[in-house]
Amino acid sequence: MKVLVCISQVPDTVTKIVLKDNNTAVEENGVTYIINPYDEWYALVRALELKESGIVEAVHVIMVGRANTEATIRKALAIGGDEAIRIDADSNDCYQIASYIADYAKAEGYGLVLCGKESIDYANGAVGPMLAELLDTDFIGFATNIAVDGNTATVKREIDGGEETDSANLPLVISCQKGVAEARIPNMRGIMTARTKPLKTVTPSAVDAVTKVSRYEMPPAKAGVKLIAPDQMDELVNLLHSEAKVI
Amino acid sequence: MSVIVLIEHTEGTIKKKSLEAVQYAAGIANKLGTSATAVATGTITEDELKSLGQYGANKVLHVADDRLNDLHARAVTRVLVAAAKQENSPVIVTLHDVNGRTIAPRVAVQLKAGLISGALSLPDTGNNFETKKSAFSGKAFAYVTAPTEVKVIMLAPNTFPLQKGEGNATVEPFNVSFEDKDFGIKVQSVDKVTGEVPLADAELVVSGGRGMKGPENWGLIENLAHELGAATACSRPVADSHWRPHHEHVGQTGGTIRPNLYIAAGISGAIQHLAGVSGSKTIVVINKDPEAPFFKAANYGVVGDVMEVLPRLTEAVKKFKAEHH
Ligand SMILES: Cc1cc2nc3c(=O)[nH]c(=O)nc-3n(C[C@H](O)[C@H](O)[C@H](O)COP(=O)(O)OP(=O)(O)OC[C@H]3O[C@@H](n4cnc5c(N)ncnc54)[C@H](O)[C@@H]3O)c2cc1C
Repeated sequence: MKVLVCISQVPDTVTKIVLKDNNTAVEENGVTYIINPYDEWYALVRALELKESGIVEAVHVIMVGRANTEATIRKALAIGGDEAIRIDADSNDCYQIASYIADYAKAEGYGLVLCGKESIDYANGAVGPMLAELLDTDFIGFATNIAVDGNTATVKREIDGGEETDSANLPLVISCQKGVAEARIPNMRGIMTARTKPLKTVTPSAVDAVTKVSRYEMPPAKAGVKLIAPDQMDELVNLLHSEAKVI
Repeated sequence: MSVIVLIEHTEGTIKKKSLEAVQYAAGIANKLGTSATAVATGTITEDELKSLGQYGANKVLHVADDRLNDLHARAVTRVLVAAAKQENSPVIVTLHDVNGRTIAPRVAVQLKAGLISGALSLPDTGNNFETKKSAFSGKAFAYVTAPTEVKVIMLAPNTFPLQKGEGNATVEPFNVSFEDKDFGIKVQSVDKVTGEVPLADAELVVSGGRGMKGPENWGLIENLAHELGAATACSRPVADSHWRPHHEHVGQTGGTIRPNLYIAAGISGAIQHLAGVSGSKTIVVINKDPEAPFFKAANYGVVGDVMEVLPRLTEAVKKFKAEHH
């Protein structure tokens, strides 16, 4: 079985966000881009673990992005992916992204498609379930543990106020979060071999976007912290009641 | 025409966040000059469903199929799509939670609808439904538009305070025919964290970091949480050291929460931690280091030792409750 891991490129958490063009765009200069952590640390690493335990033959990584995202996708190969596919398109709308990936994946017959629970830029988390809908498979979201036995996956996932264990037949789309695997750091050998691994570029057929970010806004500056002396906890409680109105 | 909203319930009791979703859907319906229709699945009484009228639903479509007491996303997708078609809906609302986020994207694909996630505002119906959401782990807001005929919107829980009104919704049985594949996922076991407030939806959260020194001191966090009726959370190193279970860990690699009140005790406020909590309406930070970065994100700060401050705060809450009863 082959596994497809969907990855996206996002600004690093520590990056300062600066707006430009009358707040309709984010300044890209100075932004450090990384593989979306949920995709890298959990989805990709679990796919590699499944390969190491002999359940999976090959791990493919796929990303929708322009040529300037190739360094990010190479990193996924350095961590251990066998082959990468870059769909040469902008990645602004979940439906577009899911459609492009579904078109590619359909012909390849992946047993398992893994993605992160959401991207840390817009936190939509919609590509996975959309992909499942487009591929006519089941989707299990927010997985904390994935086991595969033959044609069946057993998946622990977050539910409202707890955890549930589900099983489903392959092919299946799963979104991953903490618990599924432990992050790995690419080693020198991985980095060297990544250079020679196949990175395929695919030109998708056009799909219309169904959403667009029209503008951005910075959160209002914090008014500043109000300090309360440690022996004045009655005052804090009163402020939380009468000023903040939260208790 | 009617705005559709999906209801979630726990063993027949409608979740508070679903009441928020109904109120939100009614707000959109009001802007569009139409009504709101709630959709409920599984075992739930007619009286409970009627009460949705108090939050603005005119009608409830109820699929009383007890297979739907578990989340079967494909089956619920089918229900929502059928309801949207019957009601000629311009908008379908779900919550931006684990259930909504599993179902809404599927519905959006079937209806060729623009999907807006994590909504923090009522859409600007005159402007392609421009809706505010959080972006870049709370470092900015993005406004998303959807030019499609139908829109699917996932509302972030705890965004709007509930306002209970008068009225009863009419309840209609709703029949949908399912296929086997709609129930392809088999639920093997369910492990609910009982007796506690679920963290993801909690309005009040008390959280501890490495400054708590060890699991033996967590009683201080729990006592305060108990007095407040709050959920408990922690920073990543606390979960990594197994002082607390992993589902309590919030931040970039853990859960994202947006409570009304977040009390952080002995947490430094690293950016990766803030990524999960910066949407909180009010932040109280207790830290003995006046230079801790968390104070910059806080509304109220106490520079002091958690071991002394937490018991005092707990006592103060107790006293406050006694006086306000
Ligand atoms: C890629 C990545 C992802 C990460 N994801 C997350 C995440 O999801 N969530 C997360 O929380 N972290 C995450 N981290 C870790 C994060 O960077 C911080 O290391 C972590 O949040 C620190 O936890 P802490 O504040 O509890 O501990 P510390 O940094 O050790 O801070 C403890 C604080 O307690 C205070 N203190 C100590 N004793 C007392 C006392 N007696 N009374 C009062 N105050 C006291 C200290 O002054 C200090 O400010 C991530 C890091 C990386 C690199």
